[in-house]
Amino acid sequence: MGIHGQDGTHSASANHGSRNNRPMTQPLIELTDLGFAWPGQAELLDIPSFTLERGESLFLKGPSGSGKTTLLGLLGGVQKAQRGHIRLLDEDLGQLSAGARDRLRADHTGYIFQQFNLLPFLSVRENVELPCRFSRQRAERARQRHGSIDAAAAGLLDHLGLRAEWLERRAGALSIGQQQRVAAARALIGQPELVIADEPTSALDADSREAFLQLLFAECRAAGASLLFVSHDQSLAPLFDRSLALGDLNRAARAPEA
Amino acid sequence: MYLLRLALASLNNRRFTALLTIFAIALSVCLLLAVERVRNETRASFASTISGTDLVVGARSGSVNLLLYSVFRIGNATNNIRWDSYRHFAEHPQVSWAIPISLGDSHRGYRVMGTSAAYFEHYRYGRKQPLQLAEGRAFASAPFEVVLGAEVARALAYRLGDEIVLAHGVARVSLVQHDDKPFRVVGVLQRTGTPVDRTLHISLAGMEALHIDWHSGMPARGAARIDAEQARQMNLQPEQITAFLLGLNSKVATFSLQREINQYRGEPLLAILPGVALQELWSLMGTAEKALFVVSLFVVLTGLIGMLTAILTSLNERRREMAILRSVGARPWHIAGLLLAEAFSLALAGVLFGLLLLYAAIAIAQVPLQAQYGLYLPLAWPSLYEGSLLAGILLAGLLIGGVPAWRAYRQSLADGLSIRL
Repeated sequence: MGIHGQDGTHSASANHGSRNNRPMTQPLIELTDLGFAWPGQAELLDIPSFTLERGESLFLKGPSGSGKTTLLGLLGGVQKAQRGHIRLLDEDLGQLSAGARDRLRADHTGYIFQQFNLLPFLSVRENVELPCRFSRQRAERARQRHGSIDAAAAGLLDHLGLRAEWLERRAGALSIGQQQRVAAARALIGQPELVIADEPTSALDADSREAFLQLLFAECRAAGASLLFVSHDQSLAPLFDRSLALGDLNRAARAPEA
Repeated sequence: MYLLRLALASLNNRRFTALLTIFAIALSVCLLLAVERVRNETRASFASTISGTDLVVGARSGSVNLLLYSVFRIGNATNNIRWDSYRHFAEHPQVSWAIPISLGDSHRGYRVMGTSAAYFEHYRYGRKQPLQLAEGRAFASAPFEVVLGAEVARALAYRLGDEIVLAHGVARVSLVQHDDKPFRVVGVLQRTGTPVDRTLHISLAGMEALHIDWHSGMPARGAARIDAEQARQMNLQPEQITAFLLGLNSKVATFSLQREINQYRGEPLLAILPGVALQELWSLMGTAEKALFVVSLFVVLTGLIGMLTAILTSLNERRREMAILRSVGARPWHIAGLLLAEAFSLALAGVLFGLLLLYAAIAIAQVPLQAQYGLYLPLAWPSLYEGSLLAGILLAGLLIGGVPAWRAYRQSLADGLSIRL
């Protein structure tokens, strides 16, 4: 298992994407000339440009194995691109240390995964409050908006349709649909600017899928968060502000190794 | 702090393995401390076998040998010493008191020691504690009286007034009994936790009377036999004894008197300082005791390695847990800290549970141990040394926790937010 993904050589073409005339409002995410390969493998991502505006909800279609999880890892600052730039909230991730990237992720990004999102041995409330444990900024925002972290968790769960009596139950005891709503509450607590959802609805049936999405949209809107939603299920795309296919963005995918 | 909470919750989720791990560590800790306590107690009771005696004198042999037969009642003297040599040094101006010792007989496996009234007056053990009678009195001028050590009385269920027959020689099964001259129990000593408990004390006159009709190591036959009543009337002044203990007026004189005794022209004698000889003897036995300690240290190490195995095994199935923590903002060092906290918690729980086991075991075994082996284990708080042992175990637990912590650190760097299995 490679562990060198962090610190390969990569700052070669640094001046490439510098711009002098910035638009009035900076997009939340801006990718330019991004390239990434896992150690010892062919380049998996080669994305000339990609942006996500503030408050925008974007559907990104990507079948499994298309590099979407890797892309989300790069946006979260867990991995580092070998070339190109990722700007998140005006910070160039490539310029930041691993610790600073971790902090940026903790403060500004909420994640929802496909399933098994929760730590089953913690209560629902503790699961929702986890980001506030690792990010002072999100704890502070939750307190400002709701009075306390507990109130923030309870409020979000209430909005997402989970009754108060579930708060102290073990997260492992919930149904998958309920777990996903808890995960959404966790992604949203402390109002991160970006919510990244990786196939969060694939374990849900069609009815609860759309209901879950509506709740998610409403809460993202209320928090003013951008939503980057990755899924292979094209039928959900019309619900979003904008829809893209990772295959169109990623040049590495268009030229398969033949 | 929150990491500790997470570690405990995660451990609770795997409580069966966690409890087994804790139990293994607890058992090893309990063993280590028990060995340590028994070791200390043995050493202490060993060192307190004799006190207040400045010199032990016997026929010339080795110092350990002299100490063994005169104080521990183990083994035999190579030679006797003459009564007038004893008198010579007992009346020495530097000598405050002298206790003659005459050995060679036994009773059902327990040694018989001939001595004088000075024994009850001057012999000290432990922290200069004198011998005390639990019941009865010391033997008087009548020769056929015996004072029993506490264990002899208990094990053989003797009471005051019982008549007992001594055996010639010190073998457990003796063919030659002094059955013509029975002794009456006149006193029982209080328990001392020393070889005194396993000794029958008679007067030198009694010892002499037993052997008055013996010639060349054989009892007299027929008309040459002298019965108890006749013996009583005879001169029972012994001509030989086995050893004697000396107490001096001034400690300063110890070495000069020791030299004087060793160079005595009357016969070859050996004087030893009991403290020095005890040290010498303990250093012989100390090897076994150290080996036991090392073995129990390795048992603790085994317990900790068990913990390492349990945590390392859990790492793979917990990659999702790590990835979730990373996605909510945990940094790799948080993950490492989580595993360190987990290892430390396990070690701490093991140490505490081990202490609990130890105290429970001492509480249960305290009375039987003292009755059977004369070993008193106090139900005391851990000593400073034990405390440092425990701290060492915790530190070792933390160090060992560094292995899974390092692995999880690397793993979480490589896995990131995904679980690539």
